[in-house]
Amino acid sequence: MTEHTHKQFDAEMEAIRSGVMAMGGLVETQLAKAIAILGTDEGEGTIDEIGADELSINQMQMTIDQQCSQIIAKRQPAAIDLRMILTITKIVNDLERIGDEVKKIAYKAAQTRGNDRLTRMREFDVVRAAEHAQVMLQMTLDAFARLDVTAAAEVIDRDEDIDAAFQAIMRQLISYMMEDPRTITPALEIVFIAKSIERIGDHAKNVAEAVVQVVKGKDVRHATAEQIRAEVAEE
Amino acid sequence: MNLEATAIRTEASAPAADAPIPPKMSIRDLDFFYGKFQGLKDINLDVAERRVTAFIGPSGCGKSTLLRTLNRMYSLYPGQRAVGEIMLDGENILAPGVDINMLRAKVGMVFQKPTPFPMSIYDNIAFGVSLYESLSARAMDERVEWALTKAAMWEEAKDKLKQSGMALSGGQQQRLCIARAVAVKPEVLLLDEPTSALDPISTAKIEELITELKEEYTIAIVTHNMQQAARVSDFTAYMYLGELIEFGETDQIFLKPRKKDTEDYITGRFG
Repeated sequence: MTEHTHKQFDAEMEAIRSGVMAMGGLVETQLAKAIAILGTDEGEGTIDEIGADELSINQMQMTIDQQCSQIIAKRQPAAIDLRMILTITKIVNDLERIGDEVKKIAYKAAQTRGNDRLTRMREFDVVRAAEHAQVMLQMTLDAFARLDVTAAAEVIDRDEDIDAAFQAIMRQLISYMMEDPRTITPALEIVFIAKSIERIGDHAKNVAEAVVQVVKGKDVRHATAEQIRAEVAEE
Repeated sequence: MNLEATAIRTEASAPAADAPIPPKMSIRDLDFFYGKFQGLKDINLDVAERRVTAFIGPSGCGKSTLLRTLNRMYSLYPGQRAVGEIMLDGENILAPGVDINMLRAKVGMVFQKPTPFPMSIYDNIAFGVSLYESLSARAMDERVEWALTKAAMWEEAKDKLKQSGMALSGGQQQRLCIARAVAVKPEVLLLDEPTSALDPISTAKIEELITELKEEYTIAIVTHNMQQAARVSDFTAYMYLGELIEFGETDQIFLKPRKKDTEDYITGRFG
């Protein structure tokens, strides 16, 4: 992208973009910690770290929103700059919500420890879904950093897989609960975890749609996957 | 919601009006020369009726030149000539034999610096009208009041019509000039950076006035202030080095221009 005549404008935009990347990086780290808790029976200290990360993420969201308001007031951004600023305010909202979901996953994961019947499910199926969400988050942050609409379209496509994984986990849990009512309480905790993972996928998808909006100037939020692919392919 | 049926919405494609707007002026294959220097190159553009069309671009891009061709203001200067066609209601105003005075009555102009005549507020307006029409004293009074009302000046000026127009503030002088242009009942108003010498409050009043005037007049405005173009115009033309780079609905130009050059200019990445 060509530089602005006002170099300070470039510096302010870059500060906001780096802030989003830093926030995204912290959310990724936080999610990795939560997956570690899901996959093992350890990590008491990690839960506190995840709680602390969440507070930092909230703070970053407010800082970036404030920077966006200031740049709108001072610079009256237009076209690509305006789309970028408006989109960033949406992206940081999604990242903050991912942070909330990760915190929920970590706390619920700690509560489901010690239930042997569901351990295998938690450590394999749920972790696999969470890793899927992790990949989506990484890809969507990369797509934002490089303003890569092809990568963004792939993230949008992948959301269907995570929805399917959520449905599969639900079916299994229902079987367990019908078979043995003692599993109902831990199974419900896993339902909440799986739902949070599914929500992370949705938020990652929102970020990917925002990337398409920045680059293409098109609102693809309620478009079908085919429409989005066609839009992305269009020069 | 039926997702299949939900079309991808384009922020940039909201139409300015439901039906296509008929052009008031059509510029075709227009070249303009200052002596040997070519100031405009092959301009093709329609100025929509009762809409505001803004010309933007860096200094020297030809936007003022283009505006000055629309009422042949350039004819005052030897060595300046326009080649091509500018149709106004189906008549080519560049054709030989066009009555330039009648053309300028139809296509009025307001300049960058307020230029009131050194006479009373009343006479500033009546002077131009008397060149084209012979009105009774009462009809002239009515015309002056009408023009000042159109220019949002009547309340401020009605008690000092006999005072000199030169004694008004810059913003009032500019609105007096707009009243003077409106008084001869033109069909098109050309505004050449009408607020560049004014304070923000006067600028806001003129912008508000432009929005009101477009209900009856076709307006073309040259402005250095891009946000002003974004605020007041329905269509925007971006020009560079005498060429029309991009022309489209203002909403589209300021959200998602088609050309990278346009985007660089309106986002302040130019040069």
